Amino acid sequence: MSVAYLRRAMAEPEPPPVASHGVWARTRERLFSGPFNIALTVVSAIVIAAVAIPLLRFLVIDAVWDGASRVDCLTETVGRPVGACWPFIGAKFTQLVYGFYPWGQHWRVDLTFVLGAVLLVPLLIPRVPWKLANAILFFGVYPIVAFYLLVGGRFGLDHVETRSWGGLLVTLVVAGTGIVVSLPLGILLALGRRSQMPIVHSLSVVFIEFWRGVPLITILFFSSYMLPLFLPGTWTLDALLRVLIGTALFASAYMAEVVRAGLQAIPRGQIEAGQAIGLGYWRIMGLIVMPQALRLVIPGIVNTFIGLFKDTTLVLIVAIFDFLGQMRAAFADPNWATPNTLFTGFAFAGIVYFLFCFGMSRYSLFVERWLKRGR
Amino acid sequence: MQRVVLLLAAALLMTAQSASAQTLKTVKERGTLICGVSQGLPGFSNPDDKGNWTGLDVDLCRAIAAAIFNDPSKVKFTGLSAKDRFTALQSGEIDVLSRNSTWTLSRDSSLGLNFAGVNYYDGQGFMVRKALKVNSALELNGASVCTQTGTTTELNLADYFRAHKMKYEVTAFATADETVKAYDSGRCDVFTTDVSQLYSEKLKLANQNDHVILPEIISKEPLGPVVRHGDDQWFDIVKWTLFAMLNAEELGISKSTLDEAMKSEKPDVRRFVGTEGNYGEQLGLTKDWAARIVRHVGNYGESFERNVGTGSRLGIARGLNNLWNNGGIQYAPPIR
Repeated sequence: MSVAYLRRAMAEPEPPPVASHGVWARTRERLFSGPFNIALTVVSAIVIAAVAIPLLRFLVIDAVWDGASRVDCLTETVGRPVGACWPFIGAKFTQLVYGFYPWGQHWRVDLTFVLGAVLLVPLLIPRVPWKLANAILFFGVYPIVAFYLLVGGRFGLDHVETRSWGGLLVTLVVAGTGIVVSLPLGILLALGRRSQMPIVHSLSVVFIEFWRGVPLITILFFSSYMLPLFLPGTWTLDALLRVLIGTALFASAYMAEVVRAGLQAIPRGQIEAGQAIGLGYWRIMGLIVMPQALRLVIPGIVNTFIGLFKDTTLVLIVAIFDFLGQMRAAFADPNWATPNTLFTGFAFAGIVYFLFCFGMSRYSLFVERWLKRGR
Repeated sequence: MQRVVLLLAAALLMTAQSASAQTLKTVKERGTLICGVSQGLPGFSNPDDKGNWTGLDVDLCRAIAAAIFNDPSKVKFTGLSAKDRFTALQSGEIDVLSRNSTWTLSRDSSLGLNFAGVNYYDGQGFMVRKALKVNSALELNGASVCTQTGTTTELNLADYFRAHKMKYEVTAFATADETVKAYDSGRCDVFTTDVSQLYSEKLKLANQNDHVILPEIISKEPLGPVVRHGDDQWFDIVKWTLFAMLNAEELGISKSTLDEAMKSEKPDVRRFVGTEGNYGEQLGLTKDWAARIVRHVGNYGESFERNVGTGSRLGIARGLNNLWNNGGIQYAPPIR
């Protein structure tokens, strides 16, 4: 019996149909796969164009880039419709970063920023070794160095009152202190709230509920203007310090609840297992419960951090000029008052805040992914 | 228990009193004056490109510092919002408040404050487009008016139009910026707020030359520096610093003519610059206190022109703020 046809060579693979691969197919699949999707795509495109094009025109194409005063940003001088007035930001940039920090002393702020970045970046990258030493430097030594650098009054540095601080410096100091203090304090409060000891438990509950139940504005106002009335005459607390304490405690209360959510997700059996092998409370918490609980609540923690970063804008109501406050003060300069000054300023502030918050958010995603590798 | 609380409160009050009764001493020991200003109000108190506070209200603080320390830079400025300005003064956070605050009876009495004079007579006015060809507020019958909600501006507006039996339509907005934008985009014919603000908001209009500010002023907004109750010496110093600036203008003493004035034979000029009498010492200051003010800050007219007048971007006319012998109502008691 003979075989009529036997194929000896493999058939050459045909290229897949045009409709199922390549850029065009992917676009079709995702954006135009049915009447509903087509409609959705068209509507979205119109919306994006309606927002993006004017935004681009305002921020880049029609913007004024050079100038010395408001006159250079006016339509009648430029001779065409004008968008953002960037020379305004240029003229006010130093103030936006340093506030009223004395001229000639700005290097101290710069040095503080640079030192902070140099210590923080390796701490954030998991691959870099010497984490313990780095952490001690950043959390233990750096705040002291930064304090003496910024406040001065020692080591031949002029004393600079916190009253003259402002701008991004204040925003970063308030947010940074809040973030660094609130996490450990929040963990302690969360543990306290779950504690079996009645006094610790009730104190933690009262603390958390009090600070969470009061608006931040009230806390700031109270600590700035009411507290000095209650303290004895010779006792004065620096205005910025009062605000730092207020925001840090406020953030800690929120943090405590976030951490508590994580603690509740850890089954009781794990603690019992820890007890069974003879570990004490702190070791069970430190070695078994916390690492898992914190990993679970990273999104919540970062959420609190981002919220705190943006809440720092409230310090303006107690006469401390943060980044946005300094911007608002800059709006009042008649030398720069134009129809677009306000929009330019807020656009720039928006970009700056977005960069910080987006950075935090991206980093937290990276940490989550990195921690999940082992699973 | 109640007794204890009352006693405590009384003790607190007493310490507060004794602390506040020596503001001059505190200021001298500290070496700087702490002055409450706005968080940014064009021409009155705003930071310039270098971060130095400038403005009419700021100049008054510098004048006080000049009178005390002979150095106008020995002032620290605290930018206060409208909400916390009086609290900051009461709690002793600042020594003097120079923040375009309107002098009213309730503020002067029940808030425990003293207004030390008027450094700017403000009042509510109207801005319209030139194209409307309106020359007086009395021609505004049937107009649509843009204003800010929840301010006395709205009430004054209602009173004025009712008193003149005119009809109007009000469009109110939550913030000053929204109000300006609405007026600029043509949503109403008239924009009303305090005149000083009208001038600064005018700079934000797309074509500022197409708009005109009407001459009528329909409310009284006397703005001036404020101090705490309970320290009369300090009250006098602030009050007479302002009077010194006004008197200097009246006597024709300015930054440039001060050196001649120091050698002058005229009795009122001699009393002013301190070559005769001990008027400064009566205030707790030095003999040349007023000369120091003029040397470092200038007289009232100079400060006005530099910050809000024709020498500035705002270009506000002197109007009511002219001296009494020049058609205005700025009048200072004599130094003698």
